[in-house]
Amino acid sequence: MHPFQYLAPTSVAEAVDALARYGDRARALAGGTDILVQTRTGRFDLDAVVDVKRVPELTALTLGEDGLSIGAAVPCYRVYEDAEVAGLYPGLIDAASLIGGIQIQSRASLGGNLCNASPSADGICPLIVHYGQAHSAGPDGRRSTPVEEFCVAPGRTILEPGEFLVSIELPRPPAGFGGAYQRFIPRNEMDIAVVGVGSSLTLNAAGDRVESARVALAAVGPTPILAHAAGDSLVGKTPGIDAFREAGELAADAARPISDMRGDVNFRKELVRVLTRRTLTTALERAQS
Amino acid sequence: MTIIEQPKEYKVIGTRPIRHDGLDKVIGKAQYGADLKLPGMIWGALTRSPYAHARIKRIDTSKAEQAPGVMAVITGADMPVAEAIEIETGEEVTNLAHASDKLMARDKVVYKGHPVAAVAAADQNAAIEAARLIEVEYEVLQPVLTVDEAMASGAPLVHEDYAGKDLGEETRNTNVADHFRHETGDTAAGFAQAAVVVEREFELTMVHQGYIEPHNATALWKSDGKIEIWTSTQGAFGVRSSVAPILRVPETDIRVTPLEIGGGFGGKIPIYLEPVCAVLSKKAGRPVKVVMDRKSVFEATGPTPGGRIRVKMGANDKGDITAAEVDLYYEAGAYPGSPVGAGAMCALACYRVANARVDGYDILVNKPKTAAYRAPGATQAAYAVESVVDEICQALGMDPLDFRLHNATREGDRRADGPVYPRIGNLEQLQALKDSEHYRTPLEREGADGRLRGRGVANGFWFNGGMQSCVTINVNSDGEVGLVEGSVDIGGTRASIAMQAAEVLGLRAEEVHPVVVDTDSVGYTDMTGGSRTTNATGYAAYLAAQNVIAGMKERAAILWESNADDVEFEDGVFSSKHDSELKVTFKELAAKLTETGGPLAASGSIRQRGSGGGFGSHLVDVEIDPETGKVDVIRYTAAQDVGKAIHPSYVEGQIQGGATQGIGWALNEEYFWSDQGVMENSTFLDYRMPTALDLPMIDAIIVEVPNPTHPFGVRGVGETPIVAPVGAVANAIHDAVGVRLTQAPMKPQRVLAAIKEKNGNGA
Ligand SMILES: Cc1cc2nc3c(=O)[nH]c(=O)nc-3n(C[C@H](O)[C@H](O)[C@H](O)COP(=O)(O)OP(=O)(O)OC[C@H]3O[C@@H](n4cnc5c(N)ncnc54)[C@H](O)[C@@H]3O)c2cc1C
Repeated sequence: MHPFQYLAPTSVAEAVDALARYGDRARALAGGTDILVQTRTGRFDLDAVVDVKRVPELTALTLGEDGLSIGAAVPCYRVYEDAEVAGLYPGLIDAASLIGGIQIQSRASLGGNLCNASPSADGICPLIVHYGQAHSAGPDGRRSTPVEEFCVAPGRTILEPGEFLVSIELPRPPAGFGGAYQRFIPRNEMDIAVVGVGSSLTLNAAGDRVESARVALAAVGPTPILAHAAGDSLVGKTPGIDAFREAGELAADAARPISDMRGDVNFRKELVRVLTRRTLTTALERAQS
Repeated sequence: MTIIEQPKEYKVIGTRPIRHDGLDKVIGKAQYGADLKLPGMIWGALTRSPYAHARIKRIDTSKAEQAPGVMAVITGADMPVAEAIEIETGEEVTNLAHASDKLMARDKVVYKGHPVAAVAAADQNAAIEAARLIEVEYEVLQPVLTVDEAMASGAPLVHEDYAGKDLGEETRNTNVADHFRHETGDTAAGFAQAAVVVEREFELTMVHQGYIEPHNATALWKSDGKIEIWTSTQGAFGVRSSVAPILRVPETDIRVTPLEIGGGFGGKIPIYLEPVCAVLSKKAGRPVKVVMDRKSVFEATGPTPGGRIRVKMGANDKGDITAAEVDLYYEAGAYPGSPVGAGAMCALACYRVANARVDGYDILVNKPKTAAYRAPGATQAAYAVESVVDEICQALGMDPLDFRLHNATREGDRRADGPVYPRIGNLEQLQALKDSEHYRTPLEREGADGRLRGRGVANGFWFNGGMQSCVTINVNSDGEVGLVEGSVDIGGTRASIAMQAAEVLGLRAEEVHPVVVDTDSVGYTDMTGGSRTTNATGYAAYLAAQNVIAGMKERAAILWESNADDVEFEDGVFSSKHDSELKVTFKELAAKLTETGGPLAASGSIRQRGSGGGFGSHLVDVEIDPETGKVDVIRYTAAQDVGKAIHPSYVEGQIQGGATQGIGWALNEEYFWSDQGVMENSTFLDYRMPTALDLPMIDAIIVEVPNPTHPFGVRGVGETPIVAPVGAVANAIHDAVGVRLTQAPMKPQRVLAAIKEKNGNGA
């Protein structure tokens, strides 16, 4: 590790300037729980680190009529400690409260989780099943991208040099909505997902039909995967174990896992089946309560 | 706590005072190697091989030498050539030429992470950056990665020039460094008498001790030719006796100061950095410090071997074991010396087996050289043997603890490798587990959400060493004492040693002030390891304290103008045998040292025998998610004969710690290798040791069958509790889901695959 600049801009424009000046030799710093570790182990060779926490928009957490806006540097604990947010976005809370431990959650942001673009990230699938949009700013101005299109490869996102994530917006869930996230880890904490599955569904007014559903998968492909067929298969169906099992099969078909030290292809596909069924079951319970 | 025999009333022994080193450690003030700062100190960093097996064609250090802040660069060519002789270093025998080659490669690298060069520079980052600039040209060779590969005919040789031994005969062109056999009785005849014979093969992978503190060393090669070393080690004298011949300097010219140690478990008996720091220091003329990172700790220190184990055991319908055969194939790593020798002695140590054969193979592979890890070699063997015993119990329909009690070794029995047991507590500790509330409470077989439960037991043995220790006690004028020792404090040994002195001196534990010193400041003391320290260094402290009392009696005699033989000492008071008026307390007398002849210091030294052995049996309940294969340990009880628990909390801590490491080994810990011999999971993220949430409270049942060779009956504690857990967990998994896992770790993927295969839907 060699010496690098530490910059702490206080506005979006300044942050864009700072990042643009160093191009791919600069990275944004939110909670630092990924970037500090990665820089020390030589994954990045940086000339500048741009701390985005002094930009007010990045630490704002606002719940309005339309939905929730999470500043890209808001630490996880602020998300799950907000009772109203927790009630509306249960899938997100599952993830925010299991990333690392309390110390990590006091620093780590969902924005950092998304920009780190790890295939096994716990925060991204819940954002997808809550229909999240990523708002970014760069030298060419601002743009908005569905979260499921944000990651393009392990560690890589759509962000261009000089561009950074400002906030993530989640629409206000309709009545009859439920979401859940679960991951499989060999231990009970401080671990990385062998497989993660986020699911959500919205029931009709009578509560006996699924109107829309999403299933998103972590750690079974180069990026988090929105398993369209799995979610779509539920639409119009009576929610329950049979429909969830079928969705699990379709999710397993959508999974493109590799065999590595954390699990082989068969094991991961099987976990996708099991976790899809389990998260949909929890999402249903939440939709009904 | 179950006390089997309690011969004496003690004042200090058996109590739970706060440890002397506790506050500093809790508030972060204890001095570890990484904290050390010396005037003029610079930093070193190592360049390590990216290949597990390669010939070094050329090393170019010129770029590194010109890098900013660099003050010295060395390669294997700068290291003195050590003689190929063997020395005893605690739990291992070390061949100096191998030890030297392991520190810094010369012609060939034989494991990934093998050092090839080192740099010293003004600060740590400069050193790391410069180490990256060393250019090495390699001719990459086919690595030998498993015991099967290593033994295959035509296998590449880890070392072309090493000789092996096969049943005592020298062999050449082989990766089998040693093959030996222990045999007693006639196994064929024994199996012929058996009603049940079970034969199984087991496979394990390398695991690491996982101590939190990475290895570190600081060395200063002074202008007068003397060398000072500060390091994290289990034994400063062992460091001195290894470094001296490797650097070819006399032992007396080296002074080793042991700093606080953040865990060792056997892995900090060998040396890795000290000679490299010293040679860098000689070149740079400054103290040089190196601290390893976690990756280097995993890749290039001394884990415990994986390998293959075959066990065949027979029993008659009365439940007597009639014969057993065990074949142990252990990975030595890149240099000879796996703990297979100890594994072979421990394999059948819990059982009376009249007809037994144990074969051990020490096999070279292109992996880090294995080192001691808590009961080295015993856990692997026990996993295999205890699994087979479990199957025999099921075949005979016998309770697993009844079977173990029925066949348990006891005083006068001969172990398969020869020695006859003195008084041991195998029966007593098994009985204590059988009587435990846990064992008497039937297991509820079903958990929440379809999870399935099972219960397993296993027994374990470790020798518990004695070896050499020396202690000096200085009497202070306020009546308290300083206790000078050479035993690095692991797990509360300052307290357990000070308490033994306090018991003799009639002082409180807090009135004895223990200090761990360098190799010039106390007599020779072997490493903290082998479960020997509370036994042997405690014995030395006992002797030193006796000598203090003898000296104090002489002082009282001077005061009373009588004879030391006329003075008695009891409960902290010296009194005259003849004149009941004449009494003086230890404290009062200490204040009179000046007038009675000057300072009083006394030493005790001992070459202590082993303790006869420590036995410990473990009982575990697991709960398994049959859809994911995840195993949770939900209840755990361990019973162990410890001889005498000097400080019961630290004894419980050792039993809990051993069980915890064993549970990690059973469930998730493993070196995950690429097909080129690169460890892919060299981080604590992917090397999965259990966290607090992965463990229930581990109940420790302390059984005390005093060791007759120790004044307080101490037997040693630390290693035995890691022996049983892997087998116990395997047996519990079998009980829960009906599959016998013969491969460790029993990670979720394996458990799930086994369940699916049993159910006939293997995916
Ligand atoms: C002990 C430990 C446990 C962990 N456990 C988990 C876990 O259980 N699950 C999990 O998913 N992760 C885990 N992580 C990883 C990490 O904590 C999360 O990914 C976290 O959400 C990252 O957020 P951060 O704010 O710390 O990001 P940072 O480290 O600050 O940044 C992460 C990456 O995103 C980039 N970045 C940050 N903000 C922006 C921005 N606004 N615009 C553009 N790029 C940006 C950075 O340059 C960097 O590349 C763990 C990490 C540790 C150290």
